[in-house]
Amino acid sequence: MTELTYREAIRGAIRKAMLADHRVFLMGEDVGRYGGCYGVSKGLLDEFGPERIRDTPLSESAFTGAGIGAAMGGMRPIVEIMTCNFSLLSLDQVMNNAATIRHMSGGQFHVPVVIRMATGGGRQLAAQHSHSLEGWYAHIPGIRVLAPATVEDAAGMLGPALDDPDPVLIFENALLYNHSEDVNEPVEVDIDHAVVRRAGKDLTLVTYGGSLGKTLAAADELGTDGISTEVIDLRVLRPLDDVTILTSLAKTRRCVIVDEGWRSGSLAAEIMARIVEQSFWNLDAPLARVCSEEVPVPYAAHLEQAALPSVAKIVAAGRAVMGR
Amino acid sequence: MSAALPKVRLNREHCRTLLHQMVRIRRFEEKCAELYTLEKIRGFLHLYIGEEAVATGVMQALEPNDAVVATYREHGHALLKGVPAGAIMAEMYGKQEGCSRGRGGSMHLFDAETRFYGGNAIVAGGIPIAVGLALADKMANKKRITACFFGEGAVAEGEFHESLNLAALWRLPVLFVCENNRYAMGTALDLSESETDISAKAASYNLASEGVDGMDVVAVEVATRRAVHAIRETGEPHFLECRTYRFRAHSMYDPQFYRAKDEVEEWKDKGPIKRFTEWALDVGELRPEDIEEIEQDVAREISEAVAFAESGTWEPVEDLLRDVGAEKRI
Ligand SMILES: Cc1ncc(C[n+]2csc(CCOP(=O)(O)OP(=O)(O)O)c2C)c(N)n1
Repeated sequence: MTELTYREAIRGAIRKAMLADHRVFLMGEDVGRYGGCYGVSKGLLDEFGPERIRDTPLSESAFTGAGIGAAMGGMRPIVEIMTCNFSLLSLDQVMNNAATIRHMSGGQFHVPVVIRMATGGGRQLAAQHSHSLEGWYAHIPGIRVLAPATVEDAAGMLGPALDDPDPVLIFENALLYNHSEDVNEPVEVDIDHAVVRRAGKDLTLVTYGGSLGKTLAAADELGTDGISTEVIDLRVLRPLDDVTILTSLAKTRRCVIVDEGWRSGSLAAEIMARIVEQSFWNLDAPLARVCSEEVPVPYAAHLEQAALPSVAKIVAAGRAVMGR
Repeated sequence: MSAALPKVRLNREHCRTLLHQMVRIRRFEEKCAELYTLEKIRGFLHLYIGEEAVATGVMQALEPNDAVVATYREHGHALLKGVPAGAIMAEMYGKQEGCSRGRGGSMHLFDAETRFYGGNAIVAGGIPIAVGLALADKMANKKRITACFFGEGAVAEGEFHESLNLAALWRLPVLFVCENNRYAMGTALDLSESETDISAKAASYNLASEGVDGMDVVAVEVATRRAVHAIRETGEPHFLECRTYRFRAHSMYDPQFYRAKDEVEEWKDKGPIKRFTEWALDVGELRPEDIEEIEQDVAREISEAVAFAESGTWEPVEDLLRDVGAEKRI
């Protein structure tokens, strides 16, 4: 067992992949000399040099597209985009190129690129630095979308993502970088399935990424009310693992979804739709969800906190679903 | 019929104005840094210390009804455009008396009254907006200009190139001001640009372009007056690259691995306030008592701004969803 931060876990995973496969390289803004805007790649420039730890200009569209091209050309690039807010400048490359090329080319070409980016609010960075856009990306066929919520997943997801023959996007909640846990190395993580983080029999809470901590805390609180709460961490936002969710629901028959994205058109909405399609007759209560309020994330601390999912809101939703 | 280019007269009054404006920015920023460590200001905080000559010189040439579009490093630009210091400070406190009602914070200062169009924290994100403001003016036949500030890091973004092309193609009254402080976060100019002469690069879009010493407030003012004069005469865009330097961290947390301490010290020695003050004292346009008065005046303004922010109020949480859309459709 070693205690690692989420940041160190990702750095370790990048290092390991680069040592194992000369085709792997990292590129993005300030990944080299600055050490990464969240310090993830600190020290890697010294170890691997500027060819493989490649500082890019502020050109999200061009370097993401170059990552796609390099992947098609035989390399295994890891593209780092500082935050998902800036990934919108490269959305065209992800959506119109990375996600479509295998299909458009009739299966002749494929794009084994990994694109990592930070996501999430809670640090008073206001409306151009705080959004959670992973739900949007999970809309796109042709890519896989991952959201490591634990240090172990942060350590273990990059390897299989690089082995994936198709594009993989990894969303790292920025509040998690300093979070530390004991990890058993080497870590094996599969990037196909959700995981049950806490077992229970009365109520299922489904969440992912930065909301896992809040959701587990809410589950503990509900437990003190005598509500035995199961918590599912989706981990893979696309393709969604319906089976794990439905298996839990078959037992608990009640469910709240917690998602830091905005409510309308959210991942939470998609999960609700799937439950209703496949498990309607198993439900004992209407489904509920806790999402971000439909407002660009405000700067002022009290307003920002009110805009994001909170333990109190999750507990309240859980109680309501239980009829308490 | 072309009006004569107004001359910059460096008399005592004007020297006092230039110094006063630069000192306003410097002291305001220093106060922000202090308030940040006290956790009164949160989020990201990007200081303009070292670069004061640019906003100061440029603003001298703008009229009140000209528009300004700036970046997240914009406290000084807002101050000099006429946004009250108290409203800026209250914004950074997150109070509803702030110029963006506490919704924006340090990176998103807005003020309709003074035509200050933000506070944009997407690198290059403001440049197309400036082009659009100028387009609106042109279409409405309004004789005013839009000044757009951005760092040299923005030059690598597609939006920069698309915007320069549009402004030149459509002949729009935009003053593009590139604040080239040599680093985009930790990335030095020569690691991000194949052509490091930014004014030459801009010129390739077929617009008038000039590079100027951005540590020299007078040089910036003279160049801007010339550019603004030409824009008003012709309605066509101009590009100004101001070569400057940021003395502090990019934001508040930045160990600055990417540059040598000596380099920073060398630039501080060429600092815009130091250099201008020494020169003005030397030629006798400013006297020590001028400097004393300016400092006192600025200290008063800033302590009033802090008091205003301190006494500001928190917007009720019930208002969270306001201003997402119009209250009613008309
Ligand atoms: C599109 C986008 N990409 C990345 C960032 C993160 N970021 C913020 S400021 C900055 C450096 C910008 O440098 P420059 O344009 O030279 O302006 P300066 O900060 O030096 O004033 C970066 C990379 C961002 N805000 N927006």
